[in-house]
Amino acid sequence: MTDEHEGQPKRSLSWVEFLIERAIQVSGISAIILVVLIFLFLIKEGTPAFMEVPLSGLFATRWYPIEGYYGLLPLIMGSLIVTIGAAVVSLPLGLATAIFIAEIAPDWVRNILKPFVEVLAGIPSVVIGFIGMLVFAPLIRVALDIPTGLTAFTGVLLLAWMALPTVVSVAEDVLDAVPKTYRDAGLALGMTRWQVIWRIVLPAGRSGVLMALMLGVGRAIGETMTVMMVTGNAARMPVGLRDFFMPVRTMTATIAAEMGEVAHGSPHYHVLFAVGLTLFVITFAVNIAAASVVFRQVKRAERMLA
Amino acid sequence: MTIRVLALLLLGVALAGCRPQTVQTTTGGVSATIQNKGSDTIVNLALAWAERYQTLEPDVRIAVTGGGSGTGIAALINGTVDLANASRRIKDEEIAAARANGFEPVEHIVARDAIAIVIHPDNPVDKLTLQQISDIYSGKITNWREVGGEDRPIVLLSRETNSGTHVYFLEEVIRLGQKDNKTLFSPDTLLLPSSEGIGAEVRQNPNAIGYDGLGYVTPDMKTVAVSRGAGQPYYPPTVETVNAGQYPIARDLYIYTAGEPQGQVKAYLEWILSPAAQEIVLELGFVPVITEGERP
Repeated sequence: MTDEHEGQPKRSLSWVEFLIERAIQVSGISAIILVVLIFLFLIKEGTPAFMEVPLSGLFATRWYPIEGYYGLLPLIMGSLIVTIGAAVVSLPLGLATAIFIAEIAPDWVRNILKPFVEVLAGIPSVVIGFIGMLVFAPLIRVALDIPTGLTAFTGVLLLAWMALPTVVSVAEDVLDAVPKTYRDAGLALGMTRWQVIWRIVLPAGRSGVLMALMLGVGRAIGETMTVMMVTGNAARMPVGLRDFFMPVRTMTATIAAEMGEVAHGSPHYHVLFAVGLTLFVITFAVNIAAASVVFRQVKRAERMLA
Repeated sequence: MTIRVLALLLLGVALAGCRPQTVQTTTGGVSATIQNKGSDTIVNLALAWAERYQTLEPDVRIAVTGGGSGTGIAALINGTVDLANASRRIKDEEIAAARANGFEPVEHIVARDAIAIVIHPDNPVDKLTLQQISDIYSGKITNWREVGGEDRPIVLLSRETNSGTHVYFLEEVIRLGQKDNKTLFSPDTLLLPSSEGIGAEVRQNPNAIGYDGLGYVTPDMKTVAVSRGAGQPYYPPTVETVNAGQYPIARDLYIYTAGEPQGQVKAYLEWILSPAAQEIVLELGFVPVITEGERP
């Protein structure tokens, strides 16, 4: 090795450099290629569903695939209810925790809290599902006096709990990144600590906070095991506020529960891929929306700085 | 060093993978290979039997595969297997096909499968007719009051649609065994991914009703006595009532042979009906056959 280096140091170095550059390039592109391939695969396996099952069948409210009922609406609604619910619960909690850790807590408290929040992210979802099934569901049933504790609400609480570490750590990083001069300027103007946090730090880190929320949503909409265990998986069509406290069936739980036994190439198989495609499109749209808002705000912030 | 360890590990894995069901061994000690194929309901049971039997009779090799009752019977008719597992009785056309190939299929009842209706121990309801269970699961009855219980909403629990028990329950209970009946599970039915999911909910929720194989029922759930119709006797799900053909939600599980079994196959079938093998039946959640060689 060293001999070669001594022999042709320059060529060898440029060769290594070339390799490293290519490796980085390939890994960078491969992420995009993978997403594109997954998308193409979903389209290939999912689109036959639209030919095998009439559109009116897909946009119906009954999901019972073993008898040929492929109504996707209850599944889409189920996923949306649980995801939006989880976002609504986890955003204020996560943001408050992040503000406390980043702005208010003394150092020693922060040193305890931060690792704990990160440990929370490491709990496997099936364990959270078990806790939800055996502890949360009975409590919720008794506390709210509803027929069963396996409801959308239970799923929302657990998903919010799972999304919390993501929201907290991203939001905290963002708040940390707000320059100290901003805070000093506010304090110099005689603002209280709360005013500095609410009027200066949060608006300055707005795009990052939005990103934290979107990452949390991404975590929630894709989560499978926990929702499968605690939301009851009844493919009923949610119509009112009351249905928040009734069982729902999400798209992810449906795919996980049914894919294992489905006959390859059957309409049911293709419809499950169509469900996956729908999930992909929704996640993609959420990310695009988030990205566009984030970029717009970065520009405004830059203008402000300039 | 690492490579040697890795090689040893690989060898170990390879050997472990080889151990069960080596159909053809080069050592020559094997005197018989029994081919067994059929119902996915029975496949785990058949595997457990085969594994135990091979420890008792090292000379016999038993190859078990699933695929469904129809697949197994078709293989029997074509002469590629010795034993066909079936969770339903052989059809007339299948018997005709077997006769055309020159043999008479012989039926052996090897185990029974009963589905218990389970509720919370505090629920005062203790008997239901098949029609009531059907109405409850199709959403026509939604309050326990309507079947003699407290004023509580009924929460329906079921296994996921990929479970054989789900399909059996749909056909035999909700549709009452009627072929042209198109009743479905109520959309409010909670589909739980495991027996444990149903158990956990039934144990803590007095509103819940669930169903599962008799072997999965634990003492902290309450089972309901079932009758075939109003005015007919109610029977609790027990090994005795299932074996007597009294409990309505039960089916026999069969093994079919081409003609009367001979030699090693005969010995194996006799062992399957012995108490030692029927003990395994109980362990896997099915109901053992009490009287040997009984025909319905």
